Amino acid sequence: MALTNRSVAIDRSPMTFVESLYLPSIFKGMGITFSHIFKKKPTINYPEQTRPFSPVFRGLHVLNRDEEGRENCTACGLCAVACPAEAITMEAAERLPGEENLYREEKYAAKYEINMLRCIFCGLCEEACPKDAIYLSETFAPANFARKGFIYGKDDLLIPNKNTEPEAYAKAKGLNQ
Amino acid sequence: MGDLLKVTIDNITVEVPNGTTILQAARLVGGEVAPPAMCYYSKLEGSGGKCRTCLVEVSKGSEKDPRPMPKLVASCRTTVMDGMEVKNITSDRVLDARAGVVEFLLLNHPLDCPICDQAGECHLQDLSYEHGKSGTRYEFQRRTFKKHDLGDYIQLHMTRCILCYRCVFTADQLTKTREHGVLDRGDHAEIATFIEKNLQNDFIGNVIDVCPVGALTDKTFRFKNRVWFTKPVDAHRECTTCCGEVQLWMRGDEVFRVTARKDEWGEVKESTKGGTGWICNTCRFEKKQATDWVIEGPSEVSRHSVIGQGHYVNTVKPKETFTDVMKGLEPRLYMDIHDISEVNKPEVSLSLLDRPAHSTDFGKK
Repeated sequence: MALTNRSVAIDRSPMTFVESLYLPSIFKGMGITFSHIFKKKPTINYPEQTRPFSPVFRGLHVLNRDEEGRENCTACGLCAVACPAEAITMEAAERLPGEENLYREEKYAAKYEINMLRCIFCGLCEEACPKDAIYLSETFAPANFARKGFIYGKDDLLIPNKNTEPEAYAKAKGLNQ
Repeated sequence: MGDLLKVTIDNITVEVPNGTTILQAARLVGGEVAPPAMCYYSKLEGSGGKCRTCLVEVSKGSEKDPRPMPKLVASCRTTVMDGMEVKNITSDRVLDARAGVVEFLLLNHPLDCPICDQAGECHLQDLSYEHGKSGTRYEFQRRTFKKHDLGDYIQLHMTRCILCYRCVFTADQLTKTREHGVLDRGDHAEIATFIEKNLQNDFIGNVIDVCPVGALTDKTFRFKNRVWFTKPVDAHRECTTCCGEVQLWMRGDEVFRVTARKDEWGEVKESTKGGTGWICNTCRFEKKQATDWVIEGPSEVSRHSVIGQGHYVNTVKPKETFTDVMKGLEPRLYMDIHDISEVNKPEVSLSLLDRPAHSTDFGKK
């Protein structure tokens, strides 16, 4: 039973002389190919050129700091419990007297690690975070030859301090800003 | 009148002995019918009547006097009468009043759950999640307190306290001398010791277990891990001072915390040797090696609790077929996570520290 009326019966009759020369069909095909030279290129020369990310793009994570440059993360573990890939691990510590300029709350993440091999960039950690500490930025995780390069610790994730290292902070904010 | 009184709670009838409170009768029914209780603790004499979260409506006083009670009553302190009819979740008045009570309890509560060690097993969290409103109408500074040091084992966060008096009753009824209590009145009322004093009684650690919020927490567990990342197992040891039956909160082979076993109402369970299973300070704070304990098996965790996340029971681990298929070849590991990862290093045991971890503990790389 025919589902649509668009089906065409295959014509298996022998080719005529003009058809058996193949030349008209070849020129027709070449014509289509050459006409694309004058059309707009859909590709870009990555990495010299990059495309703008959409504002909701979920890329590499950053750990945020507050206005005074103190770390926001309190190691509450909500990102780790929300993570469907179980990519996030952390170890918490208590802030000592004298470290108030480093950490916003009395508890902080002494170690914080994201396994980018496991991460699926779903952004649930960002949504779970009660302290605005983790964000997914508009960058890719760079390629690497070894797996060990994908275990991101706090050194890799923490955004540079805006007040003490402004150049690094500007760089971390990215080229798209 | 016979020995058993008939009481109907949310259209479910139970028969209870004379002198039972409405709350205890409702707990016999169980489930959602049981009103929440923040201050009442069935194992502590004289507790209850302070937090007002267990308010219920009595729509029929008794068989002899069927008039309804004019106001909502605290179910933990009201004993049942024969033929009494009680409305808990079926009454809009009760739900409205409870939402109000939760709002009052949260007025001065700092809501620092991301930092608080009690998060995940906090009764106030459960209560506000179930009955609370998302916003607050309070516009003033939350009250703060001068910090009191209660010694090496117990951390007091007075801002989180809801003044349920459970710890005071515990100290009164379990230990020989009580050194802490509620000082001052009204908005200034606080749990404290009169002069700076360490709490040092054999059973004083139980105040941590009875505290419904994170006001009293274990200093040896402080900030070490979140409760939902640790796995509760039942364990026991020979102890001369207490029953020795505890719950270990473990991660791998590390014992992060030792608590008494809790029942479904969050109260300390009866021990198998009779009596309430309070545990002593030695068991609670000093036995943090897995070898100190005889492990009985994983504790039962409510299906709805966050503590049950990631804990798989009765799972069958499939057989590794790689070596059979590859004629005895071992799979080649491209990366051992412990070689790279800085977290949970096998040689650093945070659980053995008797204080919170500091930056100095991680400094040595």
